[in-house]
Amino acid sequence: MATPIALRVLEGHARAYRHTWRGTTIGAVVTPVLFLAAMGLGLGQLVDARDTGALGELSYLAWLTPGLLAASAMQAGAADGTFPVLAGTRWVKTYHTAVASPVRPRDLHLGNLLWAAIRVSVIGLVFVTVAAAFGAVPWQRGLLALGPAVLTGLAFCAALSAGVVLLRSDQFLAGLNRFVVVPLFLFSGTFFPVEQLPPAAGAVARVLPLWHGVELTRALALGTAPSLPWPVHLGVVLALLVGGIVAGARTFDRRLRP
Amino acid sequence: MPPVVEARALTKRFGSFTAVDAIDVEVARGESFGFLGPNGAGKTSAMRMIGAVSPVTEGHLRVLGQDPELHGADIRARLGVVSQEDALDQELTVAENLAIYGRYFDLPRSVIRERIDELLEFVQLSERRSSRVDPLSGGMKRRVVIARSLINDPEVVLLDEPTTGLDPQARHVLWDRLFRLKQRGITLLLTTHYMDEAEQLCDRLVVMDAGRIVAEGAPSALIATHATREVVELRLGPDADEQAAVTVLEGTGHRLEALPDRILVYADDGDALVREVHARGLDPMAVLIRRATLEDVFLRLTGRALVD
Repeated sequence: MATPIALRVLEGHARAYRHTWRGTTIGAVVTPVLFLAAMGLGLGQLVDARDTGALGELSYLAWLTPGLLAASAMQAGAADGTFPVLAGTRWVKTYHTAVASPVRPRDLHLGNLLWAAIRVSVIGLVFVTVAAAFGAVPWQRGLLALGPAVLTGLAFCAALSAGVVLLRSDQFLAGLNRFVVVPLFLFSGTFFPVEQLPPAAGAVARVLPLWHGVELTRALALGTAPSLPWPVHLGVVLALLVGGIVAGARTFDRRLRP
Repeated sequence: MPPVVEARALTKRFGSFTAVDAIDVEVARGESFGFLGPNGAGKTSAMRMIGAVSPVTEGHLRVLGQDPELHGADIRARLGVVSQEDALDQELTVAENLAIYGRYFDLPRSVIRERIDELLEFVQLSERRSSRVDPLSGGMKRRVVIARSLINDPEVVLLDEPTTGLDPQARHVLWDRLFRLKQRGITLLLTTHYMDEAEQLCDRLVVMDAGRIVAEGAPSALIATHATREVVELRLGPDADEQAAVTVLEGTGHRLEALPDRILVYADDGDALVREVHARGLDPMAVLIRRATLEDVFLRLTGRALVD
């Protein structure tokens, strides 16, 4: 029986990864752990000492951990939706060679997304393990929270790659990180509740998909109810994922089969 | 058996720009067929439609008897493609680049391993099997790309500007390998703007200019039809009055072509023509007698040089 084409693309990613994992994965694993140590343990002592009641009974570390998990998954997913796609279309142009074989543009999109699923899961798993060792989250709850976190990462990967595939220059890259990824990372209820933001900014944050992913992840990690009914949060994240997959099928085709 | 390519009024438009303008092409099995033309002539667009990666805007196209619109993946499974860009993953080894591409065709891993051995021997890179691609020379990378294009044992190989940017020696090595493919009965389709490449490799070719086919035939037949046996190139020197020289030369040879830096005179007997030039009192700085080439055919048909 023929192997589904997206799985053949996935296999290609896995083969290439043997040579590239050091550069791409170590940073993705180490950075969130450093954040956890500095913010959760260091800053957390200050926050907990001046208990404002904003986090209820929780320690700052326990509150921060799921937010950091979801936001790091978003960052990893965003990276996987950007760099491999630009390599395929512009830097190495392997996508142009791939579509000369039976591989179709949408297989490249899906294959990349499947690969991101594996990579984001592994990165998240390492993070949860380290966090559990810090006592920041019970191990089993951390594993549960991995689900929505990975889903959030994939949604960003799908949506970004659908747009990035059309790029004709790299100028957009720095802006993407500065104006999209980093602000989302900081202000989506990761490091402090969006209620702390000015009302207008808070309203914006509540529309952004990362906040919904953070809410789901935090609810599972802490065993609490999310801010809105969970189907709403899940719906937003899934909408981004499905929208990215559907849009990508079109944009990949437009770029690679001109 | 159906022809490898059967195109009638094949057209490709990008917005209001017509890249390929209603061309008719038929390529038989085992043939070596070329698209010759300058950059922007529509060669690559034509090849991409034939390779079932670019949708046909208008006209009729069958590749290996199938419609690329409906059976693109089936067609692509039987083609090998050497694109203009190497598109090799520089961090991976030669063998890994081939293996990843082989898996795109869903070839079993054992088959891929065997083919990699054979193909690297064929392109004379066996000892580089486990080297990274990055440090290889341009000519070696091209040979890896040729090997990659053969991983699915294709019936037809499409080559887009296969030797552009390579040094003369590397080009000859590549031509030799492509010639062997042709001897094995593989159909070759190539685009080039090098007339020597077209003369070396093509049984038959079309000359393209601005999306249209302006001539078709075997290289030798095209030269016989559109040029003379020999060409005399006269370089007059920087201060010479070219217009005056053209007037003096009027009536010598079959035809004159005044280029910015030299005058070409087409004649069957170059030596006799040079004597006549001197007899008319003209004393060019340099004189070269050479055989007519496809370059001259292109100049004749379009009034422009092939490579600028």
